[in-house]
Formats: sequence, structure tokens, C-alpha cells
Amino acid sequence: MADIHLWGALRPAAGGASVVSIDAKTIRELFRKLEEQYPGMAPHLARGVAVSIDGKIYRDTWDQELTEGAEIYLLPRIPGG
Amino acid sequence: MPLDASYTGQSFKSVGTRPLRPDGIDKVTGRAKYGADFNMPGQLVGKILRSPHAHAKIKKIDTSKAEKLAGVKAVLTAADLPDLTEGDSGMFDMLDNCMARTKVLYDGHAVAAVAAVDAATAKQALKLIKVEYEILPHVTDVDEAVKPKAPLVNSKCFTEGVEPKPSKPSNIAKVTEFGHGDVDAGFKDADIVIERNFKTEQSHQGYIEPHACVASVSPDGTGELWVCTQGHFIYRNHCAQLLGMDISKLRVTSSEIGGGFGGKTHIWAEPVALALSRKANRPVKLVMTRDEVFRASGPTSATSIDVKIGVKKDGTITAATSELRFASGPYLSIWAELGAMTSFACYDLKNVRTRGYEVLVNRPKSAAYRAPSAPAAAFAVESVVDEIAQKLGMDPVAFRIKNAAKQGTKSSYGPVYGPIGIGPTLEAAKNHPHMSAPLGPNQGRGMACGFWFNFGGQTCTDINVGIDGTVTLTVGTIDVGGARASLALCVAEELGIPYSQVKAVVADTGTLGHNDMTDGSRGTFSSSMAGIFAARNTIQVLKERAAKMWEIPVADVTWEAGHAKAVGSKYGNLAPLSLKEIAAAAPNTGGPVAGHSEIVADGAGVSFATHICDVEVDPETGRSQIVRYTVIQDAGKAVHPAYVEGQFQGGAAQGIGWALNEEYIYGKDGRLQNPGFLDYRIPVCSDLPMIDTQILEIPNPNHPYGVRGVGETSIVPPLAAIANAMSNAFGVRLTHVPMSPPRVLKALEAKA
Repeated sequence: MADIHLWGALRPAAGGASVVSIDAKTIRELFRKLEEQYPGMAPHLARGVAVSIDGKIYRDTWDQELTEGAEIYLLPRIPGG
Repeated sequence: MPLDASYTGQSFKSVGTRPLRPDGIDKVTGRAKYGADFNMPGQLVGKILRSPHAHAKIKKIDTSKAEKLAGVKAVLTAADLPDLTEGDSGMFDMLDNCMARTKVLYDGHAVAAVAAVDAATAKQALKLIKVEYEILPHVTDVDEAVKPKAPLVNSKCFTEGVEPKPSKPSNIAKVTEFGHGDVDAGFKDADIVIERNFKTEQSHQGYIEPHACVASVSPDGTGELWVCTQGHFIYRNHCAQLLGMDISKLRVTSSEIGGGFGGKTHIWAEPVALALSRKANRPVKLVMTRDEVFRASGPTSATSIDVKIGVKKDGTITAATSELRFASGPYLSIWAELGAMTSFACYDLKNVRTRGYEVLVNRPKSAAYRAPSAPAAAFAVESVVDEIAQKLGMDPVAFRIKNAAKQGTKSSYGPVYGPIGIGPTLEAAKNHPHMSAPLGPNQGRGMACGFWFNFGGQTCTDINVGIDGTVTLTVGTIDVGGARASLALCVAEELGIPYSQVKAVVADTGTLGHNDMTDGSRGTFSSSMAGIFAARNTIQVLKERAAKMWEIPVADVTWEAGHAKAVGSKYGNLAPLSLKEIAAAAPNTGGPVAGHSEIVADGAGVSFATHICDVEVDPETGRSQIVRYTVIQDAGKAVHPAYVEGQFQGGAAQGIGWALNEEYIYGKDGRLQNPGFLDYRIPVCSDLPMIDTQILEIPNPNHPYGVRGVGETSIVPPLAAIANAMSNAFGVRLTHVPMSPPRVLKALEAKA
């Protein structure tokens, strides 16, 4: 099980929790299970969510492994100028 | 062959040099083709009718007279652009912004369009279109829009991100929060607490080239679009979806670009041009006027930001909060969220909370603008940081060094930082001669820090080796500031051949795989990584061909300095084969020599900068002049240092303009009062000093050559650096950007 830290906009979909525990090996599996367990996150995931694993931000590499004990944050998938 | 993105630490021959850019001669002689320079046989002129009202229901549109006008070939309304977005609210907002459906939501919102044989006929036709409006109350100010009795921009807007979900609609589309620790406890521990409100007015990217395109849709369902854009693949995808076209049947070619800075990451009029062409069965050229560019495309958010920072007497920050209200135009956006993420990213804080509010107003859809949202947030935070340093009697650089984020710091937006460059930029500022240079009368010096994320994204490149041994590098990110030179340098480096042997070109959407938008400072970072990988794949092919020429196993061939070499004493008599020799033999060793790469370039790494500014204020007029300016920023590895310096200088110049003069001014009627460069004043050469730069090179571990994005961060610190300089010049802290002469004069008079 990995602790997944949520930014503010996602927390209402998780009953106000700032951290949820998910058993996932990759970002793809994480997103699938988040949507299954917290359907309210679906619109956010569709809009775009990035994942920070030990400080490195992944926007599109859904095959990336969630290593044991890693610090994992969900962040908005930001645009640039 | 595994492609490793890790930093290699190699020494460079081509990377780090300053050759001439391949597009230079065409640009200075007028040969380069920009958006409006392309023409097709039989093309029509497209023009758009825009709303004069800030907020109104469209009761009726009568196009009958315009349709009957000789020379008019098509008239278009929202009825010609049916909703094909299948519940995708983001795509629907794009559609509605391109052509209003039931309501106009800002002064300049498109309501109809025509295609005619010439511009005069098209303009005459626009006058013949009669639109019946029911005018609604409007709101353009971000602080007014959040008040409970403010006119509703969208009656179906219920605030996202709060629990329980509101039962009444409001103009607050979304609330989001970041942070950690206990800010209340942190403020109790503080010896000094400073709380201020800051406002920044809406500014435009100010790209000199207006939006322009030529669209041609054939009756067989295929189409072509020639357009000025930062991302022709994304434009293709969005236009195809909105028009119900197959993506593969719409071919989009990007022109040279006369500035974008984020404003050309959004579609504005391109679907309209395609729909006009489809209806008229003729190519249609559509070029926005400057008035249209200002009223209907691309400004950044106006903001109102509350910042509170608590500090111990020893200079340790104990707590920090920010509440950021960002005007997003009439549609949900992410700009306040970005402001909330970036506002305290420079600092190591135990207790921090940032909260962003996306606010709907009757202004044009807010668009990305170079490090979007970070400049306004930094203006507010860095002003309070500076004021605290003044109160403590501490040197502003030393105060920031004491509180700066470092490797292992938990960032204000969540994750723990890896190796970062804020500390080195501050140390460089401390030791920079600018910091100790004497100041003249009415002059003040200020400094400020800035942060931006940077990112990578989907990227695809091709390398093709010609029969003469010259190399074509084909990329799908556009060239906004010398990228073709930088990318050619990286490929020359990897192949081990001279820069002059490599030509980089930007491909259209029909000839290369998908590339994401050229934004987020990603152009050189991503396409150089993909180019290096394509070069490595090309080298593998070259080695195979050399092995065939020598009739030896490929395992016995290595690649060094642009040559294949046979390894082992048994091959002692084989002279190395150059790339040119292998290319010449290609027809009989397997055909064309090429290399390809498609990647997701994650790992861009965050970026920091520190700026130093000297400003002179005329006490009689309030006019300010920047007399000296220095940018210090980490580039990871500067591939082409002159263009890195250009990005640093360009960002600072835009930030200076925003800080001192640029602002959208709305009348009480909700109409934009200054949609032109005479009344919306961007800096000209005489407004700016030579901007000095200092490039730091702290390699990005996630790029083979250590490259980081450099395009955006340099616009983040100027607003605050100038405000801090003014505070030191005449002892008054300005909290409203732009700090234009009337505002400065008012502040001076209030002090007196």
C-alpha cells in the first residue's frame, strides 16, 4: 500500500482526506484504482493529473513504477506559456 | 538499444557554442513566412463580427442581408458549428469561445463570421448582420465578482473543490489548496507578522504577430490549415474534434511565429476559418486585427492576492499564507491553482497554506502567459518578504538565503525537492558587482526571486542522412527563440559531426508523430532529448552499414567522433569510415539511413531565478526608468548560450513592461478602452537598459546533457524586483501593478 497525497481540489472526492492509501504498482494502476474507489475524482483525472514520485514529476509516463516507500503526490497537470 | 536520459557528464564540442541561427537571414530579409504570409489560389477573406457588450443574451441573428451581398461566399453563426464535444466541458468552452452560442460573455466575443472575395466586401457584410441582444448585468473586476450579489457570469457555475457542494451558483468556479504544517501555530510563534493585499491588472502577451491562418477544406472531408501557433498538433486535434473531422485528414503546418508566450497555445479563430472554408468550398484567410487580438485573445488573469508572513527576530519565517483570486474570463481555468502552487515555492517553510480561487468575469478567456500565474504570485510574496527584511534590518539577499528552499525541503505545493538552484542564484546575486554598485539620485535597488515548474511532454523527431552526408533533423515543436539552432547543436554533438552539417526543420502534422504544445519551457528540453535518442538510433544504423561495407560483424564496430571504427587488432588496417562515406554507400548497404525517436520527456526539473534591478523615479511625474537590470538563472546546460541569454532578457523585458505600464482598462460599460499598442504600452528599446545575464549551469540529472527549460522563469521576478527597488528609492511600497506614473505619483503625493 502506498500513501497518496492529494492536493486541495481532490480532497472533497475523498471525503476530505488529504492522504489515501492505494495498493498500486504503477501510475496507470493508481489512476484506475483511484477512480474505482473515489468516483468523484474521475473528472479531475480526465482533466489531467500529474504524479510526483520522490520529487520527480510525471505527466504522461503512466508505466512509471511506484517504488516501495516513495513519496507520492498528485498534482494538477499544469499548462505553460 | 536502450535510450538512457540520465545526465552523462560528457565534455562538449558543439553544445555550448554560439553559431548563427539557421532562420536568421530569412527573418532579417523578410523572406520568412509568418501566419499572414501564406496564400492559396482562390482564397477568400474571413472576418468575424464581435459583441460590443460585456454580457448579453443573443436573442436573434439575422444574416439574410449579408448573405445576399455580392461577393459574400459564406456567413457563419454558432448554428454552423454544432456541439460535437460529447460532454467534454473543456472542449465545449473552446467551442463557445470561438463562436458564442446563447450568450456573449465579454466585449469582443465572436457572434458571426463571413467569407468574401475581398476585405472590403467582408467588412461590409459584417455591418449587414443584425444581432438582437438582451443586455445583462456584467462584472469585470475580480474582487467585485466574488461578492455575493455580483452579476452571475454563468448561472450553472457551482464552486468545485469545496465540501459540501454549494447550493447556489457563484462566480467562484473552483477553490484549491496546498500546504502543510499548522499556520495558526506558526503565526503565534512569530515576532513580526505582515499582511498585505496586492493587485495585478490584466496584461496581454503582446506578441507582435497577430493570430493568422489560411484554412482549406475540400468537399472530400480533408483539410489543410496554415497557422501561426505554438502547437500545430494540438491545434489539429482540437479543430478536428470541434468540426467533426478525422484527425488524419486535417494537415496543419505551423508558420514562423512572431511571438506567442502562451497566447498561441489556445485555438481562437482557426475552427471558424475552417468552418467558413467548408461552407464556401474555397480557401479562407483569417487574420485578426490588433483590436481583435486584445479584445478576444490571450490576456493573462487580473489578480487580487492576500499574503501573510510571520517571522522570528532572527529572520526565520514561522508561517506563510496566501489567498489568490485570479480572473479567468468566463470559463473555468487553472490559473489561481498555479498561483497557489508557485507562490511560496522558493522557500523552506514549516507552516504554509495557499488557497486559489478561479473567478469568472466578463473579460476574454484568460490564457497562459510565460510561467502562467507565477509573476503575480511572486509580486505579492516577494514584496512582503522584502518588507520583512526591511523591518528586521536584514540584507534582503541574506534573509532569502536563510529561508531558501534546498535539496530535501518539502515544497509549499507538496513534494520534497531534489537538487535545485535557488540557493546558487542567491549566492551569485550576493557576490554580483551589481549589488554593490553606487546608486544615483532618486534611484533605488531591489531584488526578487522567482520559480517555475518547467515540463516535457510527448515528443517525436526524425533524423534523415542525405547521400552527401548532411543531416536533416525534423522536429514537431516549433521554434520560438532559436530552437532549431539548439536542437541541431545537440544532434551534431551526438553524431560527432560539425553543426554546419545538420539542418533542423519543423515538420507539419502529416509528416511526423504527435508533439505536444511548445509550452512549459519544453521546446529545447524535450526535442533535444528526442533528437539525441534519434541520433543514437541513427548511429546504430550507421554502424550496421559500416559493418556491411567492411564485411565484419556489427558487434566489432564502434562510433567515435563522427566515424565508424573497427575494434580489434585484426582490423588494424581498416581506416575509420566517416558518416559521409557511409552515407554515400547507403544505396547498396540497405537504402536510406535514418533514425527515429518518440518519447514522453518527463523529468524537466523545476527552475529558479534571482533578479537585481535599479530604478530611477522622477518625483515630478512619477515616471520610472529601469537603469540597470541583472538576471541570474540556472539553465542546467546552456546549449546555445546566446539564445539562453535572449530568453532571460526577453522574460525580464516583458516583466518590466507588465510592472510599469501594461494593463487592460475597462469602462463602466464593460468595454475594453485600450485595445491597441498606442494606449496599451509595451516597452520599447528606449524604455530598457541592456539586461545583463548570468547563466548558472547545474545539470538536470534527467537529461543526457543536463539541459533544463529556460524560457519562462525570467518573467517571474521583475514585478517584485521593481516594486522593491521603488520602495528603496522613495520609501513607499506599491501594491498595485502596473506601477504606472499616475499610481507612482499618487503614492509620492500621499507620502508627502
